[in-house]
Amino acid sequence: MPAIGRSVRRLEDRRLLTGRGKYAADFRLPGLLHGAVLRSPHAHARLGEIRSKAALALPGVVAVVTFDDLGDVGRIPTRLGHQAGNVVCLQRPLASEKVRYVGEPVAFVVAESRYLAEDALDVMEVDYEPLPAVADARRSVEAGTPVLHDAVGGNVATTLHTRKGDATAAMAAAHVRVRERLAVQRHTGIPMETRGLTAAFDAGTGMLRLWGVAKIPHFNRRVLADLLGHPEHLIQFTELEVGGGFGVRGEFYPEDFLVPWSAKRLGRPVQWIEDRREHLMAANHSRQQYHDVEIGFDRDGRIVALVDHFMVDLGGYIRTHGVVVPELTAALLPGPYRIPHYTAEARCVLTNKTPTGTYRGPGRYEGTFVRERLMDIAARKLGVDPLELRRRNFITPDEMPYDVGGGALAQRTVYDCGDYASALDKALAALDYESARREQAEARRQGRSIGIGVGFLVEKAGLGPWEYARVEIDATGHVVVYSGVASVGQGIETTLAQVCADELNVSPEKITVVHGDSARVPFGVGGFASRGASVALPAALEAARKVRAKIFRVASTLLEAAADDLVLDDGAVHVRGVPDRRVTFRELARAAVPGPPDMEPGLYAAHFFEAPMMTYPYGCHAAVVEVDVATGTVKILKYAIAYDIGKAINPMIVEGQLVGALAQGIGGALLEELVYDEQGQLLTTTFMEYLVPTVMEMPESTEVRILEETPTPLNPLGVKGAGEGGSSGCGAAVANAVADALAPLGVSITALPLSPDRLSALIRAAGDSR
Amino acid sequence: MKPPRFDYLIPRSLDEALGVLAQHGEDAKVLAGGQSLVPLLNFRLVRPAHLLDLNDVAGLAGIRVDDGHLTIGAMTRQRAVETSALVRERCPLLAEAMPQIGHVQIRNRGTIGGSLAHADPAAELPAVVAALDGELVLRSARGERVLTPDRYFVAYLTTAAEPDELLVEVRVPVTPPRTGVAFLEVSRRHGDFALVGVAATVTVDEAGVCTAGALALTGVGPTPVVARDAVRTLVGARPTPAAFEEVGRRVVAGLRPDGDLHASSEYRAQLARVLSARALARAAERAAAGAERAKSDRR
Repeated sequence: MPAIGRSVRRLEDRRLLTGRGKYAADFRLPGLLHGAVLRSPHAHARLGEIRSKAALALPGVVAVVTFDDLGDVGRIPTRLGHQAGNVVCLQRPLASEKVRYVGEPVAFVVAESRYLAEDALDVMEVDYEPLPAVADARRSVEAGTPVLHDAVGGNVATTLHTRKGDATAAMAAAHVRVRERLAVQRHTGIPMETRGLTAAFDAGTGMLRLWGVAKIPHFNRRVLADLLGHPEHLIQFTELEVGGGFGVRGEFYPEDFLVPWSAKRLGRPVQWIEDRREHLMAANHSRQQYHDVEIGFDRDGRIVALVDHFMVDLGGYIRTHGVVVPELTAALLPGPYRIPHYTAEARCVLTNKTPTGTYRGPGRYEGTFVRERLMDIAARKLGVDPLELRRRNFITPDEMPYDVGGGALAQRTVYDCGDYASALDKALAALDYESARREQAEARRQGRSIGIGVGFLVEKAGLGPWEYARVEIDATGHVVVYSGVASVGQGIETTLAQVCADELNVSPEKITVVHGDSARVPFGVGGFASRGASVALPAALEAARKVRAKIFRVASTLLEAAADDLVLDDGAVHVRGVPDRRVTFRELARAAVPGPPDMEPGLYAAHFFEAPMMTYPYGCHAAVVEVDVATGTVKILKYAIAYDIGKAINPMIVEGQLVGALAQGIGGALLEELVYDEQGQLLTTTFMEYLVPTVMEMPESTEVRILEETPTPLNPLGVKGAGEGGSSGCGAAVANAVADALAPLGVSITALPLSPDRLSALIRAAGDSR
Repeated sequence: MKPPRFDYLIPRSLDEALGVLAQHGEDAKVLAGGQSLVPLLNFRLVRPAHLLDLNDVAGLAGIRVDDGHLTIGAMTRQRAVETSALVRERCPLLAEAMPQIGHVQIRNRGTIGGSLAHADPAAELPAVVAALDGELVLRSARGERVLTPDRYFVAYLTTAAEPDELLVEVRVPVTPPRTGVAFLEVSRRHGDFALVGVAATVTVDEAGVCTAGALALTGVGPTPVVARDAVRTLVGARPTPAAFEEVGRRVVAGLRPDGDLHASSEYRAQLARVLSARALARAAERAAAGAERAKSDRR
């Protein structure tokens, strides 16, 4: 039975479930010191003198590092979404001259324990001269508001433009126009494991080692080498277990410089473990956008134009994701619909808040909410069923590949394949849509408010530009896969083993997967953007194919038989029909060095799989909710996701990713919000204020349909990527369902999250105005 | 998120514990289940010089009935109260409120006394004790005193206990016959502190006429709010939905709840009104069912 397509149990769970996994905070070295970051309590202030004397006088305090100690350190560069003009907004590892958000690192304390380091933070003295702060992006662009970065000459870092056709003319000629202001709140990824890092420097060899890195170890090693002025080959990055990434964890943050810098300077290993309060104020925030969007239809309800002016709140600095979130928002806003004329203008705005980056489904969670909410509002205005309006406008399979008209990540948005109408039907069937409508009607008669909504999404996945893999059969006959991908808990070890297992005819459980160690894997791009399955797996597949060819080459020499007559089975090769004439992997691996004269020595091979174009998985979320009108509370009664990913390597893992992402989507729809007051103080710094859904907030029933109707032509496996679609459609589906439930009351839903307080206010206001 | 240095004291007897409190008073914090105190320590929001751990003190836990009262030792775990048949039978309001406190893991550690001593106005237990006109028993090296809830709960996170006093037990009257109870709350998530919670009891006579009722609310003031006057309007008549809604309106008339991140003042008032009416309706329904059962038992 082939391993591909089978719900093989996750290889990593053997160690994780038996308590043998080692996470960042589990890592220990002799003589380990512990760091703590002194963070700005002000949203905007001129930074004066920093006095460390009292802290340094405490027993067990080893060092206090401030900007002046760092010398000529550079700014942390962007990894994606680079804009030349934005370099002045990039963050330095420690604040100099000014602080621009609450939580900005001002000093780094190193002590014999974290307790002592925090004691030292208590007695640090910093002179701040508070400046007026701006916490609302909409106010930030007004004249006369405080400017964060003088070199920008205002608070708009960049404005991005997308143009297809002539939307202005088409809109003017539209039969019906619908315009709305829609907003998504600031929230972010909350990995169960916070960030953490350990660094140690060997002065004898010059080797600087880091443990606990994540997501993009090779890229970050290069960034660190540049910032430290340390040779890249003398830096080793090693991943430990990673308890969730979600876009947030693993980017290069100030602490990723401070920890190794201190270890190198002090000559002693230093560990820093982010606490939850720090995570909520220091790790990237995401999602906050304000859209002013208009859509135009012709007489038949066909979309003729879409015009969106939106604003993205970047926070106080530009971090490693540059302006990729606004880019992706504009690139995928049109979603599954044929839109001949499309204009988007994205203003990227600086505010005195935590800087931002990507969070699972970046730009798509927001854009899907905007577009799908707009479609429902338009359907009502047009007097058309919202599902019918979608069907009328879907791009059809025979229009693929389809150029949407915009682009992101230095490539045009060209959908590879898709059958959107079918995915909608599958989601509705999974929800049992017709009976849900009947139940809704019955509930209304009883005075209960039940609503049904869908959110159709087009995701993107499989970001290149390439990934590296090397497959090896070691001298004891074991199969090892080395991959440049990184684990963020997504099960990539298992799926890498699965694709190699089929090529080499061994069971996946017998394969060892190595990743996330720069000494053992020389090249890599990493684990993000739903790229593991569609970029890392094809690389491993091709490397395994090369090794398979070498196995036959060496075996045919040893067995004196033509390769065509050989059979590969369970770690050995035998001559067809003669099971006794056989050589094992162990024998083959030893014979392969140096091996036959015309073969590259060794039973191993590497492959770089290049992926110049992304894949575009798509699907539909559908929700049934009940709103208690008297209390404003929302209960999700039933939920369905149909998602086409081309090919599921491991359906169990795919389902787990979709449902896990759904939990985060529900968080964004109903619960999670990073709230600031007008002075830029973050009010949500613990899990008492920042509400992450638990299992109790999940729908009473969730149906997942993994679709394989349109395999992508862009890679040999046909896989697209499954990491984000479980989240992206959720804000839209839940909002549309709530709006449907409250439609008889005249309530209009235009912003997330749908907290009971806000819904109650909307219900009260609708009651007053009637 | 690491606490500053403190001396950790673990007495074995109540006298020893009271001795420590007499000596250190203001400088000591009492550790019971730790479900509120430990986070406060880790955030450095409290910085006691001495931490007095009650977990090894004998005789502070237990549930018993005497003199028409249910008496619960301060160190009784919330989960033990939740699963107690005695509590379910003699004080169903308390039994109904218990599972709404946090999650099972929290109730396994959290104690009755810890919650009442912490006096968070959003918590369930203070409202239950207030609704039932319970008694809080304080002990110190100087002696013992017994306070009613209105004297015990002074302000937000503040009780009338002196620094040398320890809450050792709480007493609530055994629920009379033909009494229905309900505890309803709205929270952002399952297990969160309620935005507003309502504890209600309704007692009816054999004819179904309301003879007594009680209502206490969480989350709408600095201490649990007891709505005595509003409920009195129910007495002397057969309760009706309109009457419950009227009580809800009266409850809110006297309230000025503070707004916060999760609930504005208006929304809390709305919840207080809606939940008061709903809780009374449910309690009355149960009281009526209890009266019916009593009748048919006699036949």
